[in-house]
Amino acid sequence: MSHLSERAERTPPSGIRRFFEIAEETDDVISLGVGEPDFSAPWPARKAAIDALERGQTSYTANRGRRDLREAIASHATRYGHEYDPDEEVLVTTGVSEGMDLAMRALVDPGDVVAVVEPAYISYGPDATFSGGSVLPVPTAASDQFRLTRDALERAGAEEADLLVYCYPNNPTGAVMSQADYEEVAAFAREHDLFVLADEVYAALSYDGGHATVATEPGMRERTVVFDGFSKAYAMTGLRLGYAMGPAPVIDAMNRIHQYTMLSAPTTAQAAAIEALESCDDAVAEMCRQYDRRRRFVLSRFREMGLDCFEAKGAFYVFPAVPGDDEAFAEGLLREAGVAVVPGRVFGDGGEGHVRVSYARSLSELREATDRIESFLAEWRA
Amino acid sequence: MDDRRRVLDLLCEDARYTAEDVARQLDLTPEEVEAHVSSLEDEGVVHGYTAVVDWASLDDDVVEAMVELNVELDRETGYEDISKRIAKFSEVTAFRLVSGDYDFAVDVRADSMNDVSRFVSEEIAPIPEVTQTVTHYVMETYKAAGIEFEDGETDDRLSYSP
Repeated sequence: MSHLSERAERTPPSGIRRFFEIAEETDDVISLGVGEPDFSAPWPARKAAIDALERGQTSYTANRGRRDLREAIASHATRYGHEYDPDEEVLVTTGVSEGMDLAMRALVDPGDVVAVVEPAYISYGPDATFSGGSVLPVPTAASDQFRLTRDALERAGAEEADLLVYCYPNNPTGAVMSQADYEEVAAFAREHDLFVLADEVYAALSYDGGHATVATEPGMRERTVVFDGFSKAYAMTGLRLGYAMGPAPVIDAMNRIHQYTMLSAPTTAQAAAIEALESCDDAVAEMCRQYDRRRRFVLSRFREMGLDCFEAKGAFYVFPAVPGDDEAFAEGLLREAGVAVVPGRVFGDGGEGHVRVSYARSLSELREATDRIESFLAEWRA
Repeated sequence: MDDRRRVLDLLCEDARYTAEDVARQLDLTPEEVEAHVSSLEDEGVVHGYTAVVDWASLDDDVVEAMVELNVELDRETGYEDISKRIAKFSEVTAFRLVSGDYDFAVDVRADSMNDVSRFVSEEIAPIPEVTQTVTHYVMETYKAAGIEFEDGETDDRLSYSP
């Protein structure tokens, strides 16, 4: 007899697990399945982590995170128009993943409906389920450049939802939203009393103009939690550090759960994060330049080989439509051409028929990988 | 930054990028890229292209050295004149006038330490304006021309991550 909880039993294994195993036993794989930067964290941030360890800073921090870090975060966030009080409205978490889980637990009652904008990062649905909520997928479409529109919300019946969760710039599509796009979303959220969880962890990786946010739309600040972190922009995925910013009562509730489950985010990572915010803008700008060039390279190659791909303008992903079944395509490409990509259906509704291609790889690898994709496509189409 | 400078930056990163590779990264046409490269070459901004080699990893005996050179100028002889006399030697791979304790920084490459010292003592030191040479043999190169000499694959990321 199983001792596992029903919740655990119901949690499906990650859709990429099987591919991971195939990749492990295949030689000479170039992985475009990576969801993290190929850079290391900027040296000043790494050095700050080393210094903190040398000084013996191995204790817990305040539950909410070091105050100087929260101040630095609040000040950094003003570049996107966010205004949050570091004492009451900022919570430092162990990656955005923890923050998202905390927000769901703080806001979702059993039976509540969580509208998840898809294709989406894979954790939102399970997070909602762990909190007893039910998931309402809100598919977006390539014809809208995978932006969230009022029409998509209405078609999905999102007026019934209690919570709306999304990620822009988007993983897996690379889509971005403009401020005008958010006006529609904000109007819908106000009309139907939705609370919004806005995962903005790729905010710094926007290649066509600035990053926009729903939280600065009228009447939205009090019904939005914004998530950002250090993993993507500062290439610090393994240091596990993110933060949530939102109205004080919600951040306070999240912190109450956080103090029992995590106590505080990693101390060493917090030291690195302060330095990252204080002195690493140039390093981030240089990484952005590199990503942008690779993005253009990959999009050009896909155009040349006749692969239908909308112009992704954020994160480090492009999301081309592939001929036939995306899972079969991804498996064939891996086994026969040694290129790993993630089938779009892993990311939910609207992802089918696409694959996620990460360009967090050196240009020489991208050149080789796109050549292999081109040869594979010719056979696949035949 | 203008397109010409962007093209130059990419050539400095990897001179073997094809015009197509550069064009794809910068949203230009290959013809535009070739035009920029031609103008960079014609105007003497780009003087040539070469390989970045870790000579120590070859079995052949190749020795590199940095030579500090002090000179004393007179009314008839300027830095330019001295550079013309020395830069022409095939052993000299770089020749620069620098600020600080000495005048010229000279990179020298030859087939043995003996060859390097013979070159310095027989070809450089006898030049009347040269007052002093200090030769530093290169023991290990960790980075050259912007490229780090690392051994092999350092990417330890998982092949798939969400």
